Amino acid sequence: MKIIVLLKRVPDTEAKILINQNGDGIREEGIKFVINPYDEYAIEEGLLLRDKVGGDSKVTVVCMGAEEATENIRTALAMGADDAVHICDPALKKPGPLTSATVMAKAIKDEGYDIIFCGKQAIDDDMAQVQGIMAEILDIPQVNVAVKFELSDDAQNVILQRRIEGGDEKIEARLPAIISCEKGLNEPRYASLPGIMKAKKKEIRTKSLADLGFDDVPGGGKSRILKWLPLPKGGECRMVEAEEISDAVGELVRLLREEAKVL
Amino acid sequence: MTKDVLVFGEIRNGKLKKVIKELISAGRRLTSGEGAIDAVLIGEGAKDAASDIDGYGLRKITVVEDEALKDYSTEGYADCLSDLIRSADPAYVLMGATAMGRDLGSRVVAKIDGVMFSDCVDVNAEDGRCVARRPVYSGKLFIEITPQGEIPSIITIRPNNVPPAESVDGSTEIVTHASGIDRGSIRAIVSEILPLAGGRPDVSEADVIVSGGRALKDASNFKILEELTDLLGGAVGASRAAVDAGYADHALQVGQTGKIVNPKLYIACGISGAIQHLAGMRTSKVIVAINKDSNAPIFEKAHYGIVGDLFEVVPILTEEIKKLM
Repeated sequence: MKIIVLLKRVPDTEAKILINQNGDGIREEGIKFVINPYDEYAIEEGLLLRDKVGGDSKVTVVCMGAEEATENIRTALAMGADDAVHICDPALKKPGPLTSATVMAKAIKDEGYDIIFCGKQAIDDDMAQVQGIMAEILDIPQVNVAVKFELSDDAQNVILQRRIEGGDEKIEARLPAIISCEKGLNEPRYASLPGIMKAKKKEIRTKSLADLGFDDVPGGGKSRILKWLPLPKGGECRMVEAEEISDAVGELVRLLREEAKVL
Repeated sequence: MTKDVLVFGEIRNGKLKKVIKELISAGRRLTSGEGAIDAVLIGEGAKDAASDIDGYGLRKITVVEDEALKDYSTEGYADCLSDLIRSADPAYVLMGATAMGRDLGSRVVAKIDGVMFSDCVDVNAEDGRCVARRPVYSGKLFIEITPQGEIPSIITIRPNNVPPAESVDGSTEIVTHASGIDRGSIRAIVSEILPLAGGRPDVSEADVIVSGGRALKDASNFKILEELTDLLGGAVGASRAAVDAGYADHALQVGQTGKIVNPKLYIACGISGAIQHLAGMRTSKVIVAINKDSNAPIFEKAHYGIVGDLFEVVPILTEEIKKLM
């Protein structure tokens, strides 16, 4: 089974994000960049599926990103992925979802695939669109925000649970399909030391736009960011204090009722 | 290009989600009086639900109740909705930023060759163009973004951000549409919906959230929060630390790798306020923090704070609120 996993390099969740001096993006200095946290669930599910199906199954990571992303691809390979395609082209700066989906879909078609796993969204632009657009381009079904995954006995279908408000949808989907993964789907493994050693020898095929048959950046120019805005400053916190904790709580309830009007 | 707007009404369990009135309100801003607003409702119960938005100044409400589209499927709904978009040719398609809206929008945008802005918290017309405000880096920053060129824009708007539309005089024509979609062509089918245990509202939809952190020390201690939550008709939330420690299910997690929430009242109990947690709840209208550590960063974002042990404070708070009821 040919298993594709999409990977994006993003700032760590603990990173403090500030607007850069030009006001047209973020300050990248001092930020640690990691594999998008949701992509880790995608990698893990890909590895579990490969090992379950066995035979000549393999997991190929597909990553679109700057040269530095090689480091994150190596981490995925160290976790156990078999090889990778790194789409790296100076023309692909700040691509929108349509560009990313179009370019990666072409690379995936070239590789061949039976199933594609990705994160439910990347925690930088938080658009959560690439999987849906890619599914449409490849003309395959999509299941978003998966928290449970199983392959049918005949390996033609997948049975999933997708998280919605207040519950899960149980879905049966025909393969090939694209599955976006949510936290809770599995416990991503850490890269082991032997894994890290092995990863150094695994193949990363670097592709430019031209290698994928594009003369120009596809799907660009559909939107423009007008402004980057910091968060509004939080107000002062009113500390409710009293000799006895019960008096403080009583005062808090009064404030919530009379001042904030939320009770 | 017109300034027309199409709002998508999400039906779950035969009921129209209330975000539709917020979408109509956003739609009124975008048409700037020069365009019309149409609504599309797909799913079992659509026809009955249409009366909820009759009297809101819409030009037309299209309802689709085909057997093949009784329950949600990405492919079925995307095919039907994109057909209706092509024939109505609106400049903007508005949907709730819900599990359905986010899934559906990304498929439809590829079909109609448009652009999509996800999870917006505000939209306005400025100099005749649409400006959408949306969080990036999970709410650590915001951007204002605008479409380029004559292409349709799909905008998903988070519930509870835009004030709902008020009703107006007049009624709206309700039209039934047959999609002609064959259920057999849908390759990913929902077989059933499994409700989460507890019967409480989802954190992303609750008006009140009582959240617990690692200081809860054990899964069973969440019942202290549940009692207060149920009194207020709210949802229980949890920090990533509490989820990772196994005290709470991930469905309850609030923050960058959990849910982004926007309730009227958020009570943080024993949550220190890691940056990734704050990113998920800072837009709550009123934030109350209860924490033993007076230096906890949560107090920088809270409106009201009590320094104390949650095991002592929360039961008293529950009793005090009971007295009001």
